[in-house]
Amino acid sequence: MAYADTLPKQRSFGQTTRPDAWWVKPIFIFLGFSAFIIYSTWAAFQGNHYWLAAGGANYVSPFYSPEIFGDSPHAIFHGKPGFWPAWLPFSPALLILWVPGGFRFTCYYYRGAYYKAFWADPINCAVGEPRKTYLGERSFPLLIQNIHRYFLYIAVAFVILLAYDALKAMWFTDPVTGASHFGIGVGTLVMLLNVFLLSSYTLGCHSLRHLVGGFLDSKTKSPSCAKTYNCVSCLNSRHMMWAWFSLFSVGFTDLYIRLCSMGIWHDVRIF
Amino acid sequence: MNKTVTFRIWRGNSQGGEFVNYTTEITEGLVVLDVVHKIQATQANDIACRWNCKAGKCGSCSAEVNGVPKLMCMTRMDTLNTDKVITVEPMRAFPLIRDLVTDVSWNFRVKTKIKKFKPRPADAPDGTWRMQQEDVDRVQEFRKCIECFLCQDVCHVLRDHHKHDEFIGPRFLAYTAALEMHPLDTEDRLPELKQAQGIGLCNIGKCCTNVCPEHIAITDNAIIPLKERVVDEFYDPLAWIWKKIRPKG
Repeated sequence: MAYADTLPKQRSFGQTTRPDAWWVKPIFIFLGFSAFIIYSTWAAFQGNHYWLAAGGANYVSPFYSPEIFGDSPHAIFHGKPGFWPAWLPFSPALLILWVPGGFRFTCYYYRGAYYKAFWADPINCAVGEPRKTYLGERSFPLLIQNIHRYFLYIAVAFVILLAYDALKAMWFTDPVTGASHFGIGVGTLVMLLNVFLLSSYTLGCHSLRHLVGGFLDSKTKSPSCAKTYNCVSCLNSRHMMWAWFSLFSVGFTDLYIRLCSMGIWHDVRIF
Repeated sequence: MNKTVTFRIWRGNSQGGEFVNYTTEITEGLVVLDVVHKIQATQANDIACRWNCKAGKCGSCSAEVNGVPKLMCMTRMDTLNTDKVITVEPMRAFPLIRDLVTDVSWNFRVKTKIKKFKPRPADAPDGTWRMQQEDVDRVQEFRKCIECFLCQDVCHVLRDHHKHDEFIGPRFLAYTAALEMHPLDTEDRLPELKQAQGIGLCNIGKCCTNVCPEHIAITDNAIIPLKERVVDEFYDPLAWIWKKIRPKG
């Protein structure tokens, strides 16, 4: 008799003897991720209201930075790239959002969360699943998740660029003289907080933890690796928290700059 | 203060069975195992229930309490809603012997297939080794495991998909991590981890970590680091170049 035949039969979808509200967490995760995906996709296709120059401000949305091609003062190259298909509406965000999107999609925390909330595999611990077959991350397509560290490399560069944007947001242009002077607006604080949260999420990555020292069995042979590993481990222990906070902050930063740019909200200068 | 509770306990064997309700009085400070023992002593002398230390260290009394894998001896009654019926059933990832007792021998067979500890040559003429505490701290976390197999039970790869022939489960991934990350060990277990032991089947749901009575961070500290080592070895061309430049420490 095969070993599997000696085991209790697989429970049907949602079947469990858990009396608690096990379905609440996956529903919240589903709604949270869905809301972000819908908003970020909508914002990415807008192609406008992603920077703020009113009042001498120097803000740019994190969805659009680095702006490789575009029409804002933050663009590296102005206009639309020549290779862009005519039938596809152009937005600078579409050139870069695959990086943070890919980084989060292949992140170990997000994987565990969306396998549960979107694929019900399993929908929660000790609760029956909808499917009898299972391939896991051992074969295509989920084998691709192993690319995570490559997304990490680019994501770290993006965080540095967003930090540069936040530094630039501390300089306001005088509309009369055209001179730049130091200042802090609410938007500056929003962008700084966003960089802090994105850094805490990115630098707590499981792959980074492995790459900076986790690959070593004897970390004492490399004290710098040991220290870096301990720092990354410290952030990594709250990776889920940073993942959610940074997801919210990056969306809110775009929303803040967008609404200020549209004149619905007004950026307040603190000094 | 005494209180009346109803336990719904699975009664049966591999051929079949059913839940049977038992109502009994409990006093302050009891754990689930105490109540099962009380029912065994007063109402159903033939309930099969495996236990030993009653201190959360032997890993014998693993079962599912209200649908969640737990040690019965470490589940205090005051953590459960005693106004409702409390369900106690055997683990689902292993063959049932009788009532709350399952046959967990598959785990011991799996363990024999994992390559053993293979230390480097001794550091001193007397045949002993030298290593730093900081280097062994990481693997000592995994040594806390009491082999209760609750992590194996909750893992959906074993529990629901019955991949016992292709996947060794979180307990033995942690065991492999303890060997693989040991500063003295020289053995290479990564090819087996990728193939026969099926680390790619884990989809990091963290259920194993959630149920571990020893609070071992199985997913974050054992499984994901091993997955990353498998990536180094089989999927990352840059890592192959890096290994040529800087050998493993």
